[in-house]
Amino acid sequence: MVMTTHEEKMRTVRFRVAATPHIVLNSEICRNQCSVHACVYVCPANLFVPLDDGGILFNYEQCFECGTCYIACNQEGAIDWSYPDGGYGVTFRES
Amino acid sequence: MTAPPAKEQFDVIIVGAGPAGSAAALLSARAGLKVMLLERGEYPGAKNVSGAVFYGSAILNELIPNWWEHAPVERHICRRDIAFMSPTTSVALDFHCVGDGYGTAPYNGFTVLRPKFDRWLAAQAEAAGAFVLTSAVVDDVLRENGRIVGVRVRREQGEIYGNVVIACDGVNSFLAKKAGLQRTFHPHELSLGVKEVVGLDPAIIQDRFRLNDNDGIAFEYLGAITEDVHGGAFLYTNRDSLSLGVIGQISSLVERRKRPYELLERFKAHPAVAPLVRGSKLREYSAHLIPESGWAMKPKLYTDGMLVAGDAAGFCLAAGLYLEGMNYAMQSGLAAAETAIAACARGNFSARTLAAYQKHLKQRHVSTDFRAYRHAPSFVNGPRLQNLYPEMVACGMEQLFRVDGAPKRKILPLAYRMARQFEMKPGQLFRDAYQVARAYLW
Ligand SMILES: Cc1cc2nc3c(=O)[nH]c(=O)nc-3n(C[C@H](O)[C@H](O)[C@H](O)COP(=O)(O)OP(=O)(O)OC[C@H]3O[C@@H](n4cnc5c(N)ncnc54)[C@H](O)[C@@H]3O)c2cc1C
Ligand code: SF4
Ligand code: SF4
Repeated sequence: MVMTTHEEKMRTVRFRVAATPHIVLNSEICRNQCSVHACVYVCPANLFVPLDDGGILFNYEQCFECGTCYIACNQEGAIDWSYPDGGYGVTFRES
Repeated sequence: MTAPPAKEQFDVIIVGAGPAGSAAALLSARAGLKVMLLERGEYPGAKNVSGAVFYGSAILNELIPNWWEHAPVERHICRRDIAFMSPTTSVALDFHCVGDGYGTAPYNGFTVLRPKFDRWLAAQAEAAGAFVLTSAVVDDVLRENGRIVGVRVRREQGEIYGNVVIACDGVNSFLAKKAGLQRTFHPHELSLGVKEVVGLDPAIIQDRFRLNDNDGIAFEYLGAITEDVHGGAFLYTNRDSLSLGVIGQISSLVERRKRPYELLERFKAHPAVAPLVRGSKLREYSAHLIPESGWAMKPKLYTDGMLVAGDAAGFCLAAGLYLEGMNYAMQSGLAAAETAIAACARGNFSARTLAAYQKHLKQRHVSTDFRAYRHAPSFVNGPRLQNLYPEMVACGMEQLFRVDGAPKRKILPLAYRMARQFEMKPGQLFRDAYQVARAYLW
């Protein structure tokens, strides 16, 4: 299994999911003010899913906490980004 | 300076147990200071990703003699390979040295797995007397009378006080921003790295890469390997696995609408790479940012009661030939510790006293190296070096070696034809040659 799908990749990563999300989107801004949707392409965990109405569906649970999305996003206030509580979130074992 | 508050007081609070933080904690604790090392991960290294070749062996050897005999290391790197790629060809420079310092102690570099290595390094700081608190997210700095006097951990009564705070919280460093020392970043200043560790039998690794015992090789790839995205790729040998990954500038990923993990798959499928990874099995996928711009994104490095080190200070040399961050993280962490130790001896933690950090950074060759290579990142991330030249070289070689019955061309006419085919103007060529020279030669 050299070539792997994104789902197969994500299955190798351990996450300890916190009860509350550490990243929250302001979906109004995503839907009404953003045409680039940069987050959809850059997120290495593929957590931003474009919706038919122009909005974005986001789930924080399998996040690498890398920061790429808030840096790529060109709309002020669209992403409220912080780290999950201590000990939660991604836990790498080999990388 | 005002008297320290009556609560529990540390000499040094270090935020982040990566190589910068753990090195700073180790040195400070050995100097007899009361040290608190805070890490948000379940264990040090749980959040951290590198290639990873650790080029700081000689530095660490000063602190822990023959450290590699005790630490979780994979292979010592005695071969380095730099390849220029087109979609179907590669032209590589292969450097192999088993001589002094490469094949012998203290060794030039080791592949490591960060979750294991970072955990070990933090344990060394703990053994030297530092308090290490994991699962602790620092949310802000504490201020009194305008000066930083500690940090706030996200928990009940999370205030921790200390004379000097050293921010070693990595590339996103919210602490440096909270302290007003760093600005917000632009997407062209950072790159995203996506990586896989794939398992492979050690005997196959040794045969396939022509390595003896614990020898290792580091491949860096430039050019069309990331298609039209500015970036590169790497492949390093571990003991019984390979670490491989693709690095792409954020702005360029956005512009080209490329998904990083798809570039990673194409990298593995490249005809020059596929035979190297054949038969391997994915163990872990990961992703992390790199502060590519180095000198250009350096924050203000100190203020009253606080210093910034490692990736948090932009001390990561990511410029084509080099991908070195762990060694500079360690060096700058040590320089910050030396500054804190001297400040504690004087009992003064003002910005003026902490300005000595600049001197220590120079003595440890951090600021001097980054100044010397300050032109490299922007040039390396330019479109011509990223894609055009590597592809020109690869195509040129393809034609140089082609035997198809047509008359053989000598190198100069061939180069001329290449330049025309890729629409290069001589003026541009000279300007770029000057830029390369300025970035790497003097
Ligand atoms: C794909 C990739 C490949 C690389 N390859 C190499 C290589 O081969 N060789 C090399 O030398 N360098 C490499 N680098 C660069 C190297 O990883 C970094 O330069 C290095 O890790 C920086 O060390 P640091 O201690 O400054 O930061 P980090 O290693 O990032 O450590 C920061 C620590 O702070 C913790 N932290 C952050 N915020 C908080 C907070 N608020 N509260 C508590 N804790 C916090 C984090 O959990 C982390 O443990 C690579 C980087 C990437 C992404
Ligand atoms: S998060 Fe930012 S980039 Fe993504 S859709 Fe919303 S506004 Fe656009
Ligand atoms: S932090 Fe990284 S992994 Fe998490 S959502 Fe943002 S881009 Fe995706």
